[in-house]
Amino acid sequence: METAFFIFQVIIMIVISPLVSGLMRKFKNSLRMRKGSPVLQPYYNLRKYFMKEEVVSEHASVILRITPYVVLASTVTAFLFVPVFHFSNFFQVTGGILALFFFLALGRFFLVLAGLDTGSAFGGMGSSREVFISSLAEPVAICAAAVVGLKSGALHLSAALNLTSTPVSVVIAAVALLLVVIAETSRIPVDNQETHLELTMIHEAMLLEYSGRSFALLELSAHSKQMLFFGVLASILWPLPVTAQSGLVIYFWSVVWFIGKIAVFACMVSVLEVMLAKMRLFRVVDFMGFAFLLSILALIMAGLGV
Amino acid sequence: MWFPDNIIFHLDLLAVFFLAVIAVVSIPALIYSYGYLKGTYSRLRVCMLTVGTLLFILAMAMVVCSANLLAFLFAWEIMSLVSYFLVVFDHEHQQSVEAGLIYLVMTHVGTAFLSVAFLMMYHYAGSFDFALVKSSLPAIPLAVKHLLFLFLLIGFGTKAGIVPLHIWLPYAHPQAPSHISSIMSGAMIKVAVYGFLRIVLGMLGVVSVWWGISILLLAAGTCFVGIMYALLERDIKKILAYSSVENMGIILLGIGTGMVLLSKQQFSLAAIAFAAGLFHLINHAVFKGLLFLGAGSVYKATGTREIEKLGGLIKRMPQTAVFFLVGALAISGMPLLNGFVSEWLIFQSLFSAAGALSAAYKIFFIFMMITLAITGGLAVACFTRVFGITFLAMPRSQRAAQASEVALSMKLAMGILAAGTLALGLYATQVWQVLIKVAEVIMGNNALSLNTGNIFVAGSVLPMPLIAGIFVAVLGLVYLLVRFAAGPAKVTKSPTWDCGYYGLSSRNEYTATAFSKPFRIAFSFFFLPQHRVEKLRDSYYHVSSLKYEVHTIHVFKQYFYEPIVKVIFLVAQRIKSFQMGSVHWYLGYILIVFIGVVIFVLVR
Repeated sequence: METAFFIFQVIIMIVISPLVSGLMRKFKNSLRMRKGSPVLQPYYNLRKYFMKEEVVSEHASVILRITPYVVLASTVTAFLFVPVFHFSNFFQVTGGILALFFFLALGRFFLVLAGLDTGSAFGGMGSSREVFISSLAEPVAICAAAVVGLKSGALHLSAALNLTSTPVSVVIAAVALLLVVIAETSRIPVDNQETHLELTMIHEAMLLEYSGRSFALLELSAHSKQMLFFGVLASILWPLPVTAQSGLVIYFWSVVWFIGKIAVFACMVSVLEVMLAKMRLFRVVDFMGFAFLLSILALIMAGLGV
Repeated sequence: MWFPDNIIFHLDLLAVFFLAVIAVVSIPALIYSYGYLKGTYSRLRVCMLTVGTLLFILAMAMVVCSANLLAFLFAWEIMSLVSYFLVVFDHEHQQSVEAGLIYLVMTHVGTAFLSVAFLMMYHYAGSFDFALVKSSLPAIPLAVKHLLFLFLLIGFGTKAGIVPLHIWLPYAHPQAPSHISSIMSGAMIKVAVYGFLRIVLGMLGVVSVWWGISILLLAAGTCFVGIMYALLERDIKKILAYSSVENMGIILLGIGTGMVLLSKQQFSLAAIAFAAGLFHLINHAVFKGLLFLGAGSVYKATGTREIEKLGGLIKRMPQTAVFFLVGALAISGMPLLNGFVSEWLIFQSLFSAAGALSAAYKIFFIFMMITLAITGGLAVACFTRVFGITFLAMPRSQRAAQASEVALSMKLAMGILAAGTLALGLYATQVWQVLIKVAEVIMGNNALSLNTGNIFVAGSVLPMPLIAGIFVAVLGLVYLLVRFAAGPAKVTKSPTWDCGYYGLSSRNEYTATAFSKPFRIAFSFFFLPQHRVEKLRDSYYHVSSLKYEVHTIHVFKQYFYEPIVKVIFLVAQRIKSFQMGSVHWYLGYILIVFIGVVIFVLVR
């Protein structure tokens, strides 16, 4: 029963993840006084890509073909380390959040190789920048996770979810983590999902040679990864203000509470995207440096018991 | 007595564990050498090399089994000398001779410190026997213990490649034949860790919390410096050698954490930290052995180690590529393989140390976690770069284009190690139970207060088979879903998009230097990159060709070793003037010394 529930939860998260992206796009467009594409556009895109034939580079190897599956599978597996609506996650082991980051890294590893696989300079450029930015983001993510872990007593997210209130240090760590989310989901000011200008794109540059169903799978993984990060943020901030108890009522409230939190994060990221311009690659160092300092601040506060 | 009346060799669980590490690396390396040496060297030289290799393995085993300081030092020195001869085996190359010299000097600096430390121990114990030395150690004054720790740290640290004593490692490891590199990186530097565990932890114990902290700081530096240089290097075996430096840092992070926790009386957490360090040690032995063998196969097939000249090998040597990919995934800590488990465990033990200790330690240990995270991120960058540039896309040179798959024995050896990485990942729980027992040996009497039951709760390993099962199931499910929902894939082959500029060639590919450029720029404070652009002109208006050069300054070599070497040469120059070959002067010296001795005796 429990297991079925977890599987159901993960499937729901993946199915609605393109909707979140669609809503964010709509919200951004309305902020910019534009009409914008329909909310369901990400689904239409996915269907279109799934139906199309695939063009594969003749220079590429099997790595290019298997990458979409590995990326999606690792993202899905990472979901098992996040408590979503429920009060616990599937893998109730300490250090679960680290395993989550490792699984995301597995997907990234293959994506970077796929970028190099076609022999295109754009792919290589995208790969190089991707590993660069993620190696800057990783320490921030780990530090933020450790702060949350120190405050909640264990390195897994369901422990954080069972905190009765959110300490200041955790809030600061969450802000640092939000900046990581911006970098990892390739949003402005680090990257731009909407552009295909070769010299500025990062994530899209790695996917440049993809088409058809492989591209659809990678798009879906990108949506799910964003959802995953929102799920992580949601579980460390503002726990449900009721004591843990079973029953359908509490499930209902936790779902509502979760959706509310996701909406807040999505709005924050969208507003930031509309307000800011994309940075030069080497300005990203400063951006991640700021996130790093925030996480260190959170760490010192957590160390002092705040 | 100089020579012991009882035992010289002795086996306990710790020694057996290290013997296993040596065996796990050496046996595949020996299998590999059959195909690797064939056709490259003459019969006689193959024989010599094989005898040398066996002697080397035997010497390592002797070090691990010694129960006597003198026997230990003796075996240690055989190990160092034999490995020196193996490093300079390709003595036609000037580089090998140079690398051998650096190695010989550094390893003897280490041995000198060890000898002094052992003699100091003998002075207090009156014996070289491990057990007797250990029992007499409480009598040693504290200051002497600190000095012993320092000497042993330098001695073993030189062999283990701790920054800044790592200087020989990136020269010596790549220069040896590949299966020797594999044994050196996989096993020999681990023997140094054994020495540290056996003699420092096993005999001196952890006297001060500062010992653990200094190990942790050195380990953090070692991780960072090692992976940073690996990221910029273009020689595939040098990359692996620098990455060995990094991984020694990771192992020491586990051991240092254990030492701090031991001095803080947190025994069960200390056992977890030690076991995590040991887990990474055996993991590193397996995947680094694998990667060196893979690099050797690439070298054998293409004749070059420069990754800028490689590319597209996955189509020409598919099995080697798969094995190398497994090694690269494992060393980057990717889930399901062994590197993931041990890096996760080290993160976990750092975190539990932070959780158990007071405020300043909390911050300190989380900083260590951050260092490990940075290292992990850079390792992903480093190994995607190595694999991507070497094996993917189009070949960048004629030799890479003409490469073909290597001999069966070489593939077999790599296959064994690749299976090892998978097995150590999937059977992590079983391995962990053994390692906890080994950690108890390290902790000696302190282990008595361990509650073994607790350890499994606090440091429980991830349920690896379950995770692997889920991952594979999801992978299969996604594939089947896509297959049935959208039908069989319709695939068209076409060249990579070349912006309408026809004739995409390997010259359009991203290079390894370009791949690591963001790191070179962002960490320029460390790399101190130097650019030089030279334009060759036909006339003022036309540049006929352009020469671009970029290199980085190795801070340790430039600002630490070169001044030392300079001073040594300067002193040698001065001393030289005493020995000018004139008999009269020599007679004069004898007279002076004689008078000096007479005065000394009279004054006394």
